[in-house]
Amino acid sequence: MLDLVWLIPGLPALAVLINGIFGKKYLKTKTHYLAVGSTGLSFVISCIIFWQVAFNHQTADLVLYEWIMAGALSANFGFLIDPLSAVMIITVSGVGFLIHIYSVGYMHGDGGYHRYFTYLNLFMVSMLILVLADNYLLMFVGWEGVGLCSYLLIGFWFHKKSASDAGVKAFLFNRVGDAGVLLAMFLMFVHFGTLDFHYIFSHTDLISTQTATIITILLLLGVTGKSAQIPLYPWLPDAMEGPTPVSALIHAATMVTAGVYMIARSNALYLMSPTAMTVVALVGAATALVAATIGLCQFDIKRVLAYSTVSQLGYMVMACGVGAFVAGIFHLMTHAFFKALLFMGSGSIIHALSGEQDMRKMGALRPHMPRTFWTFMAATLAIAGIFPFAGFFSKDEILWQAFSNEHGHWVFWAIGAFAAGLTAFYMFRLVFMTFFGKSRVDREVAKHLHESPSVMTIPLICLGILSIFGGLVGVPAALGGKNRIHSFLAPVLGGGHHEANVVSQGIAHASEAVHGTGAHAAAAAHHSLYLEWFMMALSVTIALIGIFVAYHMYIRNPSIPEKLAKKFNVLYKLIFNKYYVDEIYDFFIIRRTKQLATILWQWFDVPIVDGMVNGTSKFTVFQAKLSALFDVNTVDGAVNGTSVIVKNWAKNFKFFQTGLVQNYALVMLFAVFIIISFYLFF
Amino acid sequence: MVPLSHYLMFGAVLFFIGVIGVLTRRNAVIILMSIELMLNAVNITLISFGHFLHNVTGQIFAIFVIAVAAGEAAVGLAIIIEVFRGRKTLYVDEINIMRW
Repeated sequence: MLDLVWLIPGLPALAVLINGIFGKKYLKTKTHYLAVGSTGLSFVISCIIFWQVAFNHQTADLVLYEWIMAGALSANFGFLIDPLSAVMIITVSGVGFLIHIYSVGYMHGDGGYHRYFTYLNLFMVSMLILVLADNYLLMFVGWEGVGLCSYLLIGFWFHKKSASDAGVKAFLFNRVGDAGVLLAMFLMFVHFGTLDFHYIFSHTDLISTQTATIITILLLLGVTGKSAQIPLYPWLPDAMEGPTPVSALIHAATMVTAGVYMIARSNALYLMSPTAMTVVALVGAATALVAATIGLCQFDIKRVLAYSTVSQLGYMVMACGVGAFVAGIFHLMTHAFFKALLFMGSGSIIHALSGEQDMRKMGALRPHMPRTFWTFMAATLAIAGIFPFAGFFSKDEILWQAFSNEHGHWVFWAIGAFAAGLTAFYMFRLVFMTFFGKSRVDREVAKHLHESPSVMTIPLICLGILSIFGGLVGVPAALGGKNRIHSFLAPVLGGGHHEANVVSQGIAHASEAVHGTGAHAAAAAHHSLYLEWFMMALSVTIALIGIFVAYHMYIRNPSIPEKLAKKFNVLYKLIFNKYYVDEIYDFFIIRRTKQLATILWQWFDVPIVDGMVNGTSKFTVFQAKLSALFDVNTVDGAVNGTSVIVKNWAKNFKFFQTGLVQNYALVMLFAVFIIISFYLFF
Repeated sequence: MVPLSHYLMFGAVLFFIGVIGVLTRRNAVIILMSIELMLNAVNITLISFGHFLHNVTGQIFAIFVIAVAAGEAAVGLAIIIEVFRGRKTLYVDEINIMRW
């Protein structure tokens, strides 16, 4: 069954071709059948493969096509099926499938309907190739593909200048990151001779720590671009110009997680370099914190969710940085569920309010949109990390690892915990401003207020269920669970971690017997069970404090936010304007690049390049003139000269033609004499 | 007997008198007469050879030449009459419109 894996990206690819070529004229509003159908089938096959991997312990590395065989470099079109890719494909295809269904309702009536589904399917193809690839080059193909689809879909309503600008911005930031990935791949090729995962990860002894550091930091540059970390995150909030399902799929659940996936996949390289791990963790932690602070003050509902995504991605990156790769992937999965749900829920709200996205014009929507409200609440509780929702387990795992792991540090825990508090605060701020309180909705808009159709709310419900129960695959041993996801992913994601208590040691011994990672059990740390419970309780408390503050500021006493904003005017302005990062980039980078381009244009392009071209033409004209000189003087001269010679000869000898017959007869006589004399004497 | 060379010399002298007449005389009719003289000189040569080689061919050929000379004289006179009608002169040194 595993050899059906090519269908997983293959079916959506087929849908892309058919919808792309025939969509505009023939299929029009029926394009979604093919799009949703192919994604659904992909999901079914992904589930089958996941089943095989999880319960029959099968793994495979299937080479579909020997793609590049160029001298020393050989890269195959091959798919790697192992626990990590199995988790990724069910997450990507599953959430993708639900979002495809949701899009049928959301994009209903849009002029570019067929184009939307073509691009969305193209995205699925690229993302699935990315997570299934068995070498860096094929993964990079998927990496670029998702970047392209991100550009196409963000700028979907390209008539709107802000949308097409946002698309270009996303692509450019991505490209900067891609340069890092390319350089890392070059280095890997130089040192390993191949870009194959299997080879590289089993031969890490071939490179020094410094080389590993450089490679991993370069990969990190790519991750900051793709997964919107500092310093390449500004494209993500602007990406909200795209349709909401696009934001849900690409900028919440899947594309932005590609960076985290790459780090997790390359864990063997990262573990070689403690320096790189620290850098990764710092980048992640800083991003988590900074993005959370910006999210506090935004009024556009999608912007809040965008910064929330950046912040959560920071968590995932930080998790990888402290060596808790499993926790990072676990959070990736649960985040996909609740973030997609949050975006789709906001899409539902925007749809109901006829396009209004400013939270200051919302309020008291709960009675009008029950399904949206309840699913949204489930997701909000999940993201806030409240027990027993999905987000609690994954976020808690990250925080615990950040604190107790051999690569971790309490500072990371502190930053993470504080950011968690902020997360809870701004998410509940969002919920309170939107669903509760007094209605600030425009009268005209309020007339059309309606709950979304089933095609949109049923995916919400599915994701709601996953947000509530999805965390149960990773209940840590400390709470008596078996942490299935950990034992499932551990063979691939090695990674240090500490199961920190008596109960878990027993389990660690058992799991050691199952997959033989004896090192973990042997390195079991000395923190007690009680410490883990305490940390858990502490993080939940912080979240609850955040919720309570939001409740106080937005329900009990709604005038507080304004007063605070006025009191801390400077700080508020700084945060509200996103720390002026966009302006700084514009001033230092964009403007300077434009100036450089102008200078190069004026001093190089025009004088030298144009000069060469014009010079060549002038030279050709000059040559032509020389040729003409030759032509006129020599060739024409020869021709004219001949006639001149003949004329002069004639002038000199024309006296022979006297016109007198007797003279002619005389000449004849002379000739006869000459001939006879020849005859006589010779 | 009169040796052959005498006859041949006689013929040659006559021939060259004719040639000089053709080259030197101005009047076209005189030139025609000189041409006749040349033809007759050739006749004398032919006959003398015929006689001395005991071959009658010489005489026959001479008769041919006389016949041709007669025809040619007729045509020549016709041409001179036409030229006179065109140029109004019989002096050949005045007829040089074909000069350069």
